[in-house]
Amino acid sequence: MTAAVPETQHRITVAGTAVAYRRRGSGTPLLWLHGAGGIDGWTPGLELLAQTHDVIVPDHPGWGTSEVPDWFDNIHDLAYFYLDFLAALGLDGVHLAGTSIGGWIACELAVRNTSPLRTLTLIAPAGLRVVGLPRFDIFLADREAMTRALYFDQTLAGRALAVPVAPDAIDVTLKNRFATARVAWQPRLYDPHLAKWLHRIDVPTLVVWGQNDAVLPQELQAEFTRLIPGAQAVTIPACGHMPLIERPAQAVASIERFIADAVR
Amino acid sequence: MRVLAFHLMPYADIDPHFSDAYDTAWVTLPNRYYDRESGYRLYNRYLDELEYADGAGFDGVCLNEHHQNAYGLMPIPAVTAGALARRTRGWLGVIGRALPLLNNPLNVAEEYAMLDTITGGRLIAGFVRGIGAEYHSSGVNPTESHDRFHEAHDLIVRAWTEPGPFRFEGKYYDFDYVNTWPRPYQQPRPPIFIPSQGSSETIRWAAATERRYTYLQTFSPMAAVAKYMQMYKDVARAEGYEATPDQLGWSVPVYVAETDELAREQARPHAEFFVNKLLKMPVEMLVPPGYTSIASTKGLLAAKAGLTVERRLEDLLAAGSFIAGSPATVRAMLLAAQRAIGFGNLLITVQFGTLPHDLTMNNIRLLGEQVVPFLKEHAA
Repeated sequence: MTAAVPETQHRITVAGTAVAYRRRGSGTPLLWLHGAGGIDGWTPGLELLAQTHDVIVPDHPGWGTSEVPDWFDNIHDLAYFYLDFLAALGLDGVHLAGTSIGGWIACELAVRNTSPLRTLTLIAPAGLRVVGLPRFDIFLADREAMTRALYFDQTLAGRALAVPVAPDAIDVTLKNRFATARVAWQPRLYDPHLAKWLHRIDVPTLVVWGQNDAVLPQELQAEFTRLIPGAQAVTIPACGHMPLIERPAQAVASIERFIADAVR
Repeated sequence: MRVLAFHLMPYADIDPHFSDAYDTAWVTLPNRYYDRESGYRLYNRYLDELEYADGAGFDGVCLNEHHQNAYGLMPIPAVTAGALARRTRGWLGVIGRALPLLNNPLNVAEEYAMLDTITGGRLIAGFVRGIGAEYHSSGVNPTESHDRFHEAHDLIVRAWTEPGPFRFEGKYYDFDYVNTWPRPYQQPRPPIFIPSQGSSETIRWAAATERRYTYLQTFSPMAAVAKYMQMYKDVARAEGYEATPDQLGWSVPVYVAETDELAREQARPHAEFFVNKLLKMPVEMLVPPGYTSIASTKGLLAAKAGLTVERRLEDLLAAGSFIAGSPATVRAMLLAAQRAIGFGNLLITVQFGTLPHDLTMNNIRLLGEQVVPFLKEHAA
C-alpha cells in the first residue's frame, strides 16, 4: 500500500446536482458506490483495488459533500443519476461495485442499462426482501448498537467506537441518515419491483457476503444469485456487513479474481 | 377566554416495572402489557371524566391522536370524539389528527365535517405531523413529513371551503373529484388549532395572513411558551396585522387540591410517572431522520433534552411546564401567565400518568368551580 498513487479530488454537476468524487489508480475504471454511512477517504480495501484499477468513489447525491438534489425522492433517481454520471465522465467498460445501499443502486442501474458496464460486483447489497427474514432496524439503533452490528469482530467494533465523533462530522452523519431514510425508510431497504427485473442483468456478476452479516443476513445472497443470470457467490467467513473493511485482503482478492476471469 | 379540559387517555394500568425491561412506552413496548379489561374500564372512565368536565365549568373538551404506545390510547380520535359528540355541550376539540401518517386526508375532511355537523358547529379542528416515534410505528417516511403535512392541510381546507367537485393535483395526493359530503357546519370552516412544541417554521406557517391559525404550545416550560407566542406575535406584525388572543393557546397539565402541599403530594407520583415512564424514549425514536431539520436535530442531540432525561416534580413546577397547588395558587399562576403572555385559549390536561379517577374528578371539580370562572372573568 506504500506504492499507492495519490488521489485526485473532483466536483462535477450532473442532472443539476454538484457531486464530489475521488479518483485514484490506473487501469480499467471501477466505480465504487458507498453504503448508507457514506464514505470518508480511502479504506484499505479501496486502496488495494486502486493498485489495479482506476477507482472512482463519488459521494452519492444527498450524501457527504454532494448536493441534495430537488429530484431526490427514491432509489430509482440515484440509478438514473449514475447512468448520467458515467456518460458525463465518458466512461465505458466500467466495473461497477457497490456495497449495501450502494449495491442496491448498482442493481437498479444495471436492470435499466448495462451497456456502460463490464462487470457488476455487489457486496452485501440492499434491495431485496426475503419474507420472514429477521431485520435489523438501522434507524432505531444508537451509535454503539449500529457499530456493533456492522462488525463480526467486536474488537474492531470497539476500536471504531473508541474514536470520538468530531463535532464537525455530526452534520455529515445527519445528512447521510437523512439521505438513507429518504430512499430506504419505506419500503425498508428494498424495492418491491426490483426482483421482477434482475433477470435483465447481462454482465458477469459477483455477489459477496460476510457470513456473519447482522445487518443484511446472508440468506439474501441466494436470492440475488437466483435472480441474476449466472451470478457467482463468494462468502467471506468470520465477517460482518462490511467485507472490504473487516476482511479487505480476502474480499479484494475475490473481486480481483472475478474481474480477471470475466475479462479474460 | 376559552378554557378546555384535555385528556391524553394513558394506559394508566400498565405494570410500572415495564421500564425495568424496556426503555420506552412507545413503538417497541410489547402490547402483552395491555389488558383488555383494563382498556374497557379506562376508556369508559376517561369518557366519564370528560363528560363531567364539559358540564363542570370548562368551555369544552379536547382529545388528540397517538399510535402504538402506552402513553395515550387514542389512535383514532374520531371514535372518542364521536362518543362525546352527543354527550357534551361545549367545544369538542380534536387537537391534532396526524396528517402525514394517514393514507387519505380526504377522510379527515369528511370525519371533521361529520363531527362539526353532529355537534352543530362545536368542533375545533387540530392538525399535527405526529411525533417522531409514530414514523417508526406507521412506516411513513419522516423525510416526507413536512411536505405531506402541508399538502394534506391544503387539500382538507380546500375541500371545506371550495365548491366541489374540483380536482386536486399534489405530489403525494392527487384526486379527480374532491366533493366532500357533508360540508362543515361552521362557515367557512371550523377553527383550526396547530399544536407544536415550538418550531419557528410551524409558527411562521400558522401565523401567515392567509391562515391565522391558533398556535397551541404543548407541554413546555413557561419560558418557551412566552418565547414562542411572542414569536407568533412578531410574525403577525411582520405580516401586517396584530395577533388576537384567540390565535394563541397553551396546553398544560394542572393539578388542584385543597392545599399546595396536598396538591404536590398527590400529583407527584403520577406526574413523574407521566414524564419519566410514559413520555420517555431514546433520541433515535424521538427524532427520526428528516422529521426536523439537521440544525434542530443537532440541537436536540446536543442538549439531550426533551423526552430523554429524568425529571422530578420540582423540576417541572420550577420550569412552569406543570402546575400544581391550591385553587388560590393555581388561579394566581395561570392569571399571571395569561396576562404576561396574552393567550386566549388554555387547554388543561386534567389527568396525567397514573392519576386515579377520584383525584382526577376532584381536580376537575376544583378547577371548574374555583379556577376556570376566575380566569374567564379576569383574563386580559
